[in-house]
Amino acid sequence: MELTEKDALTLSKLISKREVSSKEVVDAYLNRIEKVEPVIHAFINLSAELARKQALEIDEKLSRGEEAGRYAGVPIAIKDVLSTKSFHTTCASRMLENFIPIYDATAVRKVFNAGCVMIGKANMDEFAMGSSTENSYFGVTRNPWDTNRVPGGSSGGSAAAVAAREAPWALGSDTGGSIRQPAALCGIVGLKPTYGLVSRYGLVAFASSLDQVGPMTLNVKDCAALLGLIAGHDPLDSTSIPRTPDEYLSGLTGDVRGLKAGVVKEISGEGIDPDVLSCFYKGIGALEECGVHVEEVTLPSFEYALSAYYIIAPAEASSNLARFDGIRYGFRTECDCADIWEMYDRTRSEGFGGEVKRRIMLGTYALSAGYYEAYYAQAQKIRTLIIRDYNRAWDKFDVLLSPTSPTTAFKIGEKIDDPLTMYLSDICTIPVNLAGIPAISVPCGFSKGLPVGFQIMGPPLEEARILNVAYALEQSLNLDMRPPV
Amino acid sequence: MDFETIIGLEIHAELSTKSKMFCGCSTVFGGEPNTKTCPVCLGHPGTLPVANRKAIEYAILLGLALNCEIAERSIFHRKNYFYPDMPKNYQISQYDIPLSRNGFLEIDMGEYKRRVGIIRVHLEEDTGKSIHVGESGRIHGAERSLEDFNRAGIPLVEIVTEPDLRSPEEARNFMMELRAVLEYLGISDCKMEEGSLRCDANISVGVGGSRGTKVEIKNMNSFRALQRALSFEEKRQRDVLLKGGIVTQETRHWDEAAGITHALRTKEEAFDYRYFPEPDLVPIEPDPPWVEELRRSLPEMPAERLRRFISEYGLPKDIAKVLVYDKKLGNFYEETVRKGENPIEIAKWVAGDLAGLLNEASIDADLSPVRPGGVSELVHLVESGVISGRMAKDVLKEAFESGESPRQIVSRKGLSQIADSNEILAIVKQVIKENPQAVSDYLDGKEQALKYLMGQVMKLTRGKANPKMASEMLVEALKMRE
Repeated sequence: MELTEKDALTLSKLISKREVSSKEVVDAYLNRIEKVEPVIHAFINLSAELARKQALEIDEKLSRGEEAGRYAGVPIAIKDVLSTKSFHTTCASRMLENFIPIYDATAVRKVFNAGCVMIGKANMDEFAMGSSTENSYFGVTRNPWDTNRVPGGSSGGSAAAVAAREAPWALGSDTGGSIRQPAALCGIVGLKPTYGLVSRYGLVAFASSLDQVGPMTLNVKDCAALLGLIAGHDPLDSTSIPRTPDEYLSGLTGDVRGLKAGVVKEISGEGIDPDVLSCFYKGIGALEECGVHVEEVTLPSFEYALSAYYIIAPAEASSNLARFDGIRYGFRTECDCADIWEMYDRTRSEGFGGEVKRRIMLGTYALSAGYYEAYYAQAQKIRTLIIRDYNRAWDKFDVLLSPTSPTTAFKIGEKIDDPLTMYLSDICTIPVNLAGIPAISVPCGFSKGLPVGFQIMGPPLEEARILNVAYALEQSLNLDMRPPV
Repeated sequence: MDFETIIGLEIHAELSTKSKMFCGCSTVFGGEPNTKTCPVCLGHPGTLPVANRKAIEYAILLGLALNCEIAERSIFHRKNYFYPDMPKNYQISQYDIPLSRNGFLEIDMGEYKRRVGIIRVHLEEDTGKSIHVGESGRIHGAERSLEDFNRAGIPLVEIVTEPDLRSPEEARNFMMELRAVLEYLGISDCKMEEGSLRCDANISVGVGGSRGTKVEIKNMNSFRALQRALSFEEKRQRDVLLKGGIVTQETRHWDEAAGITHALRTKEEAFDYRYFPEPDLVPIEPDPPWVEELRRSLPEMPAERLRRFISEYGLPKDIAKVLVYDKKLGNFYEETVRKGENPIEIAKWVAGDLAGLLNEASIDADLSPVRPGGVSELVHLVESGVISGRMAKDVLKEAFESGESPRQIVSRKGLSQIADSNEILAIVKQVIKENPQAVSDYLDGKEQALKYLMGQVMKLTRGKANPKMASEMLVEALKMRE
């Protein structure tokens, strides 16, 4: 079997036992990238040189019998929204096309400390705004299952890279479904942690109260391992939870007997593609066979989740993206401006893409005097209602279930001119971010040859539980998730 | 017309914490531009703020000293606007749930006292500093602008008063009182010229009991500027009203050199700051026992110290004020008193000549070249009649310049005064003999002639005569001539 067909934990074992060198592994992935990347375009910038150098260093350490890190030598793709010291971080925007950060994001530092080798910075929707990776200044990423289709978004590059075996695992970020939806569309595993479990330091902010960094992997075991690596308190992030994370990997028993699961009616019926639904219910059947009790549950405030999200996220984004002004770093207009106000206008008009500007305008409007109460304050109330709905559900259920995405991967260009239809792609994932709870997407089958994702939601900090349910489902379905590319 | 001036102040004070409000950078004033910066205070993508606990502690102390309620829970907000000295293009500040509110500070206007309400005391971060190159000196019309972010992110407290002040003098007094409170708490450098203490004012002039239109004044960089600007504005608004005009609600800029205010922007052009809760920070929820501990740790406040100086040392109010409203001078005074000389005499020297010397040399009292021991020695020399007050002034000046002790100076220069009654009496007799005209003037009731004769005595003794003895002997001798 090709090295690139193996999962990250297997590679890690092979390298640490010195059955293969990190250099061999990195070279295998760089060869694979050379072969498929012209079609897939999962990366904005490849760090081939750096990766080779890092791999050699690790091999040397291992040959001297030194400690080289928990997952030493294993390549990783990093979504280009995470700050990497001395290496381009573009957020898929013209605004940061030539920007080189001077510090590492905490999650990045943790994977580096574990000996992981960064293979490249993955493509995404500009500033993580989108559900198809079509909003990248550097061009669209293609779905490895059907290259006429999108990989989902915004972490589409990370998802496609893992699915196409250009990297065994990847870091993504999820504000409204940006890890889970592309994971579903590309047939991989993606987890959005509890808000505050993973440090946001160095994650270029889209919507600060919703953003989380999370793992995107070939299978649930890798997912547990990568989550364990990046989770934990960070004094540089005031919203990070001061608590030692659980042992995710060792908790994967697959024993889910007696667990109670609720299927969320509002996001598991109307508005969901019937093929996706039938696939989802096959997954339900598999879980029931594993001994899970499944019931339907209704969470009425979910009806308003999408509307609330499209107030809160753009409002925070309008403020977070204000720093991109051409003064201190990043793109500045070439035009000879009359004054600084014109410089701001032109820099931001030329530097940001259409979707980013749309959301900045939406958010600015929602926060404006006279509209704040009607929009932002109302949206926050809905957020509270959604949290209450979840809390009521946790009294009765251990986990909640739904499809991850209402459809499978759609065609490139199909929804790009219709933002409202595009926004509906995240209908199942958004309530999770609004409530700050953890959720995982795991493959549950195919519809017309395209992967379908199964979403498992849990109470705050119950990552171990949702991972174990996902593991049980994965083991029970035993799907072949190798894409044709 | 019957005018009423109403003034409210909005004050910003930089807190003298070691590190900035939301990152670990140094807060020391000055230095090469942009050297006291990091990715956080430069607003680099992905960075996050972490609140400085010491700054929260300082702000709570101020809230307590201003008799405010300390909120059990307060939150930070983002104040959004574009300006090149603001790295994130929003300022982390507080809005409708500030750290503390509903306090007061009393000011002493001599003939009356006024209790000035404090609406709120809240925490925020400072901006960087812009230098606009071009004729206007402002961002509008600048050829280019230079930015120094050393100051960006330094913790600030904002103090907003009720519109309780009724004159520019009251406003100035309030600022002096507040400055002293900050100084006594030891939480701010309070240097208006370095910008660590800044003040904006709202002023309206009403007629016949109705409220006037509020005008905001900015850019007053000293206590004097505050009073001058408000006096100018008070008169300007009165003149507008007298001519039957209407005062426009606007923001005006104080031009110190020209001594006038001019319009910056009207209310219609006012910014919409789009405040919303800062999602990167958690609420400030100070432990009630901690707040109580801080309350107990509050030092003596300037107003209390003033009362104590008056009652404990018997000082006149004006002298006590000089000592109290400069904390270091007050400390110097008390240290001198502890050495045992007459507190009133010490006060005169410390608040008078020494304060003058310190001021002239721009030295704080804690760094005075003449130590409390030296002043005590000086007062002892005068009180025991070794030197005259006149001589003591010169001795103090010399001690201040050379660092020598007053006793050393007196003995080195042979300055001890003549306290030998026979010697003085001989000179008194000589003066009477040589100045018959002045003597007869005195005997005719012209009191100033005595001063002249006294001057002659001092002249002949080269100022060494004990003035008290000389004066008594002169009067006695003249009496005998009657």
